[in-house]
Amino acid sequence: MKIKKTLYSYLLVTPYLLHFILFVAFPVIFSIVLTFHKWNIISPMQFIGLSNYKKLLLDTYFLKACYNTIIFLLIHIPLQLAIALGLALVLRENLKLRGFFRSAFFLPVVVSGVVVTILWQQLYGFESGIFNRLLTGLGLSRIGWLIDPKWAMVSIAIMATWKNVGLYIILFLVGLQSVPTSLYEAADLEGANPWQKFRFITLPAINPTMFMVVILSTISGFSLFIEPYVMTGGGPLNSTLSAVLYIYKQGFFYYHMGYAATLGLTFALVILAVVALQRKWIESS
Amino acid sequence: MKRTALYLILSLAALIFLYPFIWMVSASLSSENGIRDLRFLPVDFTFDHYIAVYQSIPILRALFNSIFVASFVTLGVLVFGSMTGYALAKHRFRGRNLIFYMIIFTMTLPFQITLIPNYILMVEFQWVNTFAALIIPAVMNAFAIILFRQHFISIPNDLIDAARIDGCHEIRILFQILWPNSIPTIITVGIITFMTSWNDVLWPIIVIRDEQLMTLPQLVTLFTVGGRSLAQIGVKLASATFLALPILIAYIIFQKHFIQSMASTGLKE
Repeated sequence: MKIKKTLYSYLLVTPYLLHFILFVAFPVIFSIVLTFHKWNIISPMQFIGLSNYKKLLLDTYFLKACYNTIIFLLIHIPLQLAIALGLALVLRENLKLRGFFRSAFFLPVVVSGVVVTILWQQLYGFESGIFNRLLTGLGLSRIGWLIDPKWAMVSIAIMATWKNVGLYIILFLVGLQSVPTSLYEAADLEGANPWQKFRFITLPAINPTMFMVVILSTISGFSLFIEPYVMTGGGPLNSTLSAVLYIYKQGFFYYHMGYAATLGLTFALVILAVVALQRKWIESS
Repeated sequence: MKRTALYLILSLAALIFLYPFIWMVSASLSSENGIRDLRFLPVDFTFDHYIAVYQSIPILRALFNSIFVASFVTLGVLVFGSMTGYALAKHRFRGRNLIFYMIIFTMTLPFQITLIPNYILMVEFQWVNTFAALIIPAVMNAFAIILFRQHFISIPNDLIDAARIDGCHEIRILFQILWPNSIPTIITVGIITFMTSWNDVLWPIIVIRDEQLMTLPQLVTLFTVGGRSLAQIGVKLASATFLALPILIAYIIFQKHFIQSMASTGLKE
């Protein structure tokens, strides 16, 4: 009976173990091995020591992809936090049609990124896109949303915020529910103003949610692919070259498997380091 | 006064989130010249763009491919995720903690690191240009295992022990006793998995090159990026609308489930 049960335990986890060995453990080990090799898949692998890492340190495209990701995150994260928290605070009030508004804000989250990107490419159009029409309507000059290297990544960051913010509104709403109403009542008795209530009651309570939003946004910044792939192809002047787009280009355009693996490993380590730093920073403040 | 201001904010926000979709549908039904008007309703109503899309790419075939792939991935994640989750929640065996750490490791592992080696694996298995490449690597999901484990822990042991005394074996216990008691978890995992699989583009672009085997988002992406849409806005928007439609319909019917399921992804970190 006992032996039979143990046998069943292992039977239940066998698919998981097989999958883990094939698609997690092996790829991680193999990717490290690959970083020391030059390989185009067709001809035999060639050991080249640390050359890939040396190349990476001097690779201006790699630095460009890092720089672009930082620009994206500097715009995306504050925008995401402000809009998501702002709308969540409004939705918390006891208003009619709350469900409708919540569903409307959530709509872009469920729709494919491809749809959103094709759509926003038109909204950002230089001649007839709605943004430039609004600008010219206000008497301002047009912006080259996707054709000006200074603006292209900003445009993608704004679009990504529009696409994802609905999810973060929901996460903030869940976080806000955890704040006991008795705290607000006590604060009212003490004569606290709305800002004080927000600063000393709401904000500390939703700290874990903010951490989650920052981390998920960071990961999405390093995972950008379809947006630059469809909208700009990484241009203009590589101003929207993202981490994943660069890995993709090295791997599947030039077939530099060793170098693409080096990029993948490096970006993965950067992501883990950034997330660890953010965790430390948020915990201390 | 305050309420009016709040309604104003919400309505403006709703307009910002909904207008682009309304414009997309209406523009896809307008003539190429009419698109520039940015109206809510189609100008010179026409189905031409949809017909053009249908004639230039195998879009119905791609729709079928996407349904096929996403369904099998979802089925796999539900079956294997619940099997692993059940073992972790209710069985005591050597190596259980190790498996738990492996799952946490998988969840924190950025996909950038496994992208290239996984492609090479597909080449070695000769799975490039087959549905196996889209389905098999995706049938296991660490997050789904954790959700099932959490839920199964809350199910009383008595229920399982009673079934064991009746002579039920473990596989039957899982699917005939635990599954019917886990409908909300199954819905959550099902929706997240189906949506993730349905919306994925990067992996299909890497492993599928045969147009007849492409998934819907992949085909639409290559259609709009490549020259075949002839830089016509109407045709691009028609293909995008067609791609959005299945998920939009599902979302309108199952809004609450969608929102609750996606909110639980927040527990991930």
